[in-house]
This record gives sequence, C-alpha cells and structure tokens, in this order.
Amino acid sequence: MVDVMPTTTDTTQRSATISVLVDNEAGILARVVGLFSGRGYNIDSLTVAPVDAGGLYSRMNIVTSGTSMVIEQIKAQIDRLVPVHRVADLTMDGPHVARELALVKVIGTGEQRVEAMRIADTFRARVVDTTLGSFVFELTGNTDKIDAFIELMRDLGLAEVSRSGIAALARGTRVI
Amino acid sequence: MSAEWTQSGAEILLRALKDQGVEVIFGYPGGAVLPIYDALFKQNAIRHVLVRQEGGAVHAAEGYARSTGKVGVVLVTSGPGATNAVTGLVDALMDSIPVVCLTGQVPTHLIGNDAFQEADTTGITRPATKHNYLVKRAEDLARVVHEAFYVARSGRPGPVVIDLPKDIVINPAPYAEPAVQHPSYRPRTEPDLGQIAKAVTLMKQAKRPMIYAGGGVINAGPAASEALTKLARITGFPITNTLMGLGCYPASDPQFLGMLGMHGTYEANLAMHGCDMLLAIGARFDDRVTGRLNAFSQHSQKIHIDIDGSSINKNVPVEVPIIADAGKALNALLAAWQASDEPTDKPALASWWRQIDEWRGKQSLKFTQDMQRGGIIKPQYAIQRLFEITRARGKEVFITTEVGQHQMWAAQHFHFEQPNHWMTSGGLGTMGYGLPAAMGVQIAHPDACVIDIAGEASILMNIQEMGTLAQYRLPVKVFILNNQYMGMVRQWQELLHGSRYSETYSAALPDFVKLADAFHATGMRAHSVDELDSVINAMLDCPTAVIADIAVDQAENCFPMIPSGAAHNEMLLGPEHEASGAGVTDAGMALV
Repeated sequence: MVDVMPTTTDTTQRSATISVLVDNEAGILARVVGLFSGRGYNIDSLTVAPVDAGGLYSRMNIVTSGTSMVIEQIKAQIDRLVPVHRVADLTMDGPHVARELALVKVIGTGEQRVEAMRIADTFRARVVDTTLGSFVFELTGNTDKIDAFIELMRDLGLAEVSRSGIAALARGTRVI
Repeated sequence: MSAEWTQSGAEILLRALKDQGVEVIFGYPGGAVLPIYDALFKQNAIRHVLVRQEGGAVHAAEGYARSTGKVGVVLVTSGPGATNAVTGLVDALMDSIPVVCLTGQVPTHLIGNDAFQEADTTGITRPATKHNYLVKRAEDLARVVHEAFYVARSGRPGPVVIDLPKDIVINPAPYAEPAVQHPSYRPRTEPDLGQIAKAVTLMKQAKRPMIYAGGGVINAGPAASEALTKLARITGFPITNTLMGLGCYPASDPQFLGMLGMHGTYEANLAMHGCDMLLAIGARFDDRVTGRLNAFSQHSQKIHIDIDGSSINKNVPVEVPIIADAGKALNALLAAWQASDEPTDKPALASWWRQIDEWRGKQSLKFTQDMQRGGIIKPQYAIQRLFEITRARGKEVFITTEVGQHQMWAAQHFHFEQPNHWMTSGGLGTMGYGLPAAMGVQIAHPDACVIDIAGEASILMNIQEMGTLAQYRLPVKVFILNNQYMGMVRQWQELLHGSRYSETYSAALPDFVKLADAFHATGMRAHSVDELDSVINAMLDCPTAVIADIAVDQAENCFPMIPSGAAHNEMLLGPEHEASGAGVTDAGMALV
C-alpha cells in the first residue's frame, strides 16, 4: 500500500474509470451514489453486479471526470466507506479494457432499413429482435464505438436506446 | 458457531454493549425501543441517563466521548427519536467523535409501510454517519453491535447508527463474540517510514518551520499529545492549534502561538503565511483555517499526517503525505529526527523566532476593560477571569461551549494545558451543543468542574437539558455571556451588511435566574465588572447546577478576524489596533 500521490493544482479535466469491489449488501449503491451527489462529483456511467460465486462481493465500475485532485479525492472518499474492499483508477493504473452493451431500436422501411442493416454489419451488431418495420440491434464495444453507431442510426430511424454503462478490467495479469 | 438462542435480542444487545465496555447510555424511550428499556430495567451493569430531547443525548454522548476517549452511546426510539438525533450525528461526523447511536425501528414486516413513527433511518442517516446498519436478522445482531463499536472508534472516529426493528429486539437471538478482524474496514495506522524520512529531511532543512496540529492528535490519545510536545521541544519549532486541537499542546508553553484561523492570533496566522515548512498533524485544512486558498501558506513545503487519506490533498496539495495515526507518526518522526545527523539551520530558526516575537508584540487579543465600579463587562475579561479563578482553585476543569462569539472568546482566552478538556462544536457549529455536552462530561467526571461557556441565544436551543442536570444532580455550571444578540451574526451584519441587524436581537429573553430556579438549579447574575469575581466564585462554590448570567458589552466584536475570502496576512485587528488589513471582496461576501 502506498501513500497518496502528491497532486498538482492542475485544472485540466480528465475522465476516469474507477472500479470498486464492495460487500454485496443492501444500501451500498446508495452509499456510493450519495457520496457522488453529496460532494458534487459527476457520474458519467455506473454499473454494478455481484461478481463472485457466493454473491458476497459486487463490483462497481464508475466513469467520472474531474481534475486529477478531484479524482484522487473521489478514490479516497470511496475507499473510506466501510463496506469497500478495494478501489482502483483503471485509467491511471495502466492499460485496461472497457466495454459496454447497447440495445438500439431503429424503425424504418425500404432503403433506410437496408442501410441500417448494412451499417450494423460493419459494426458487428447483432439483430436481437425484428419486425417488418423495425430492428433491435445489440452492440458491444467501447463507448466511442457505441456513440458512433448511434450517431449513424440517427438518420436511419433511430427510435430508442438502452445502454448498460461500462464494465472494465485491467489488461494483463493485474487484478484490483 | 454453536450459539444458543435463549436470550431476547434486547438482552443480547445489552450483553454486547457490556462486552464493549459500555457503562453509560444517553437516551430517551419510545414505543419501538420499549423491549430494550425493559431489558435495561432488569440489569445494573449499564447506567441509563434520561435526556429531555434526543438531540441532547447525542451531544451528551459526544461530551462523554471527547472527555474520556471512549465511545459514547445513545439510545433513541424510531421516527422522531431518530430524526432528532441527526444534528448530533452530523456534529460527531464533522468533529470525528466516536458515537454509537441505537435507534428503534418498526418491526421488519412493517418497514416501508409508513407505519406509526416509521422513518427511513438508515436512509436519512447515511450521509450523517461514518457507517450505519439496519439489523434484519437475529443472527446479525451481536456481530453488528461489535462491528459498530470497532468502526466508531478506529481510523478516523465517527458516529455509527444501528437501526433495530422491534421484532429483532423482542425475539430470541444468538450471541457472538467480537470478531478478530473486520472483513473490509482496516484503516492504516502505521506510517510509511520512507515518507517519515522525507518529512525529517524537510524539517531539518527548514528555515521558517511551523507546526499546525488539530483534533486528530487528541483523537490519537494523550500519548500523542505528549509526543507532539516532545517533538516541538526537540525541534524548537513554533506551533499553533486548530479550534479542535486546543489542549494537545500546552497553551502556557512559549513555543505555542495560540489558535490559528479566522479568529486566530496574529502571530499564528502570519507564521502560517510566512513559513517555508509546514508540518500539519491531524488537521484538515478547513476553510476556517486556510482563509483564501490560493493565498494560503504559498511558500511552504507541506507535510500532512492524517489517518484519513481523503483529508490529504483535499483542499491544499502537499509534498509529503503520511497516512497514519497521529501518535504513531509523531513517535516515528521523533525517532527519525533523533537518528538523523543532518544539521538544522539554527541561525535561520532564531531569526524566524525574532520575526514571530515581533508579531506577538502586536498582542492581537488585547482588550481594555473599564475597571471602575459599574463598568461594563468585556466578554473577553469575563473569560479571562473565569480562567484565572478556576486555575487558582486548582480543580480539574472541563470547558464546553455553544457556538458563536463566546465560543471564539473562550478559545482565545481560556488556556488549555491538556487534551480532552475542551469540547466545542467545530465543524458543524451546532448552537445548543454545550449544555448537553457538559452533561456528558460531568457524568464521566463526577468530581470535576464542568463549565459550559454559553451565549444567551445558543443556550436556549437545548435549555430543556437543565431538567437532566436536576434529575441526576449534575453540578454543571452554565456561564452565559449575555449580550442580547446573536453576537457572531450581529458582528457579520455590522462588518458586511451595513449594520442592518436583521433578526439578530432577541427581545423578550427569559430571566435566566428565574429559569435556573425553575429547573432546581441556582441562578446568579453579574451586571458590572465589580460583581464579576464574586459571581464566578459563588458559581464555583455552588454544589448544584448554576446558570450565571453575565451581562457583557453588547457592541463587542470578536477580533482578530480574517474576513471571508481574505488571506492570512489580510487579517483585521480590533479597535485597539491601528487600521489594518483589506476589506471584504464580493467573492468573500458569498462565502459563509
């Protein structure tokens, strides 16, 4: 365990993907979310689910942004919550993979419908539901890829989007 | 675990409390906690002190905790019992006071039903506590109680709520011994020795060093205060205390520069501003201490020792962060300082002290008391005399305060030689804190002299606790500096809002002498300076609780003062001094 890194008064904002291993207990999500709202931090996305066979631990992946001093502060604030086992800033700790899943409903017919299908192929999106006038695409990838796909669908009858928020892990042998 | 289910949840609860060393509970009964009160009735190991309002119970537990170093325990009922306790919980959270608050709850099958006296206590208290629990299974009860005490007292101490549904305390439950280790919460207490070595290097190289010590030193136990005193003596460095830290370094010591911050001394604040090495221990760079952040101690390299990693680099970036218990870090610093053969810059330190002594020469706490018969009492003088007279009598004295001008004057003019003798609401600034806190202190120290230095406005916020003093024959002395105004608010209105005293004058104050009488206490009053000493002496001689109503100068302001948004070197000195400092900026006006 190392002491916190000396921080500068740098005012540039950066995005951070923070992973937190917590006891899987009632109220823990409210505790973490309340900490963000109470202290005025941003949450760009948040995912949480049990991650071990016994259902004892949950992992939260939080995408947030702020100056490096604020992000250090967020980590420290989360770390001192009693049911928190570990906190890691995946963005700073080295390379990591981050993926999210999106379901995208596109309504249209004729040429638009064909074009939507063609683009979906390019993005390796799967069709998980279809009618004569609609598709629901399932797409996995990093946030930029999903943003790009949704942007392209906008002119092709985009009707509704549901996104999971990101799940993330460090690359290589490192674990949090 | 072959635990037997022969006792009720309430009995298991009390057994766990007893095993945690609990001697006293401050509480107030109600429907949801009746089974616990019934179990309390049938035993003698734990004493219960009946307060008059649940808010008083938490402050009493805080006073008990701060004067003993133990965990304070509170028991209140569901719904309004719990919501009344919330202010005290936040107070304990802000000031890092270990408190365990047991709240009643409606039976588990009624939770969420809007039942009578139901409140979402864990929801409401989540941001008001260090941690909270709702016990939903009998098997968890004993474990949760032990865990709550561990969480409350370890790391950075704080309040913990245990919400107890009525069926959980009625039905049988198994007992469990305290666990050896908490699964996730294991705060770091040992300092990193590499960081300690870096800190010692900075300290040895310092030309203008400064030590800034706060409540964390007191929370680390009396040995930490001793280690701090040793470190200051061995280094010869000047030292200041925060409001919360008063008493962790002997005030009579020549190296002590007094309190720093908004109403701190001139020498303490200018030394903070001018130092080139700042050693912060158990202090959190609070806005009342730093003044304008971008002008705060700009030329210093900073070492910050704190047990709470989130306090480090929160407001002020530091060069050497050390996450550790203050006592352990201080001992490590002492050992490393003594082992190091790096030289110190003695001539530079001597010239730094000459500069500090010049600042000291300003006597920023100076006031003039009219000593003629009938002279109006200056509030500072009242506290000075209270200090001198209690000191001369030699009895152990504990001071609590309410919040406002009187609190700052007490911090400036009452001097503390030891930790754990000064109890004040620092972080939250809770008016009404002092009387119940004094009650808790007196319960813990029945033979000591416990004085609540109060204002006439604050005292009314928890005046009902005079009833508790009467019931338990607690001889607490309430020393009211009565200027008939909410003095600190009035002072800000005078300085910042064109003397428009909007709603700060309390017309129709009670007659405090008669009020004391109504609560079976003794009332006394001093109108002028010639009556002051005799009232203080009579108060201290009185075997009962006392309200001493001291009429003080209504126009007196608390100086020195760093206005909101100003820097340490822009402080305002009082009318005794020539005009100084800067005015308040528009940005400063927006700050509290």
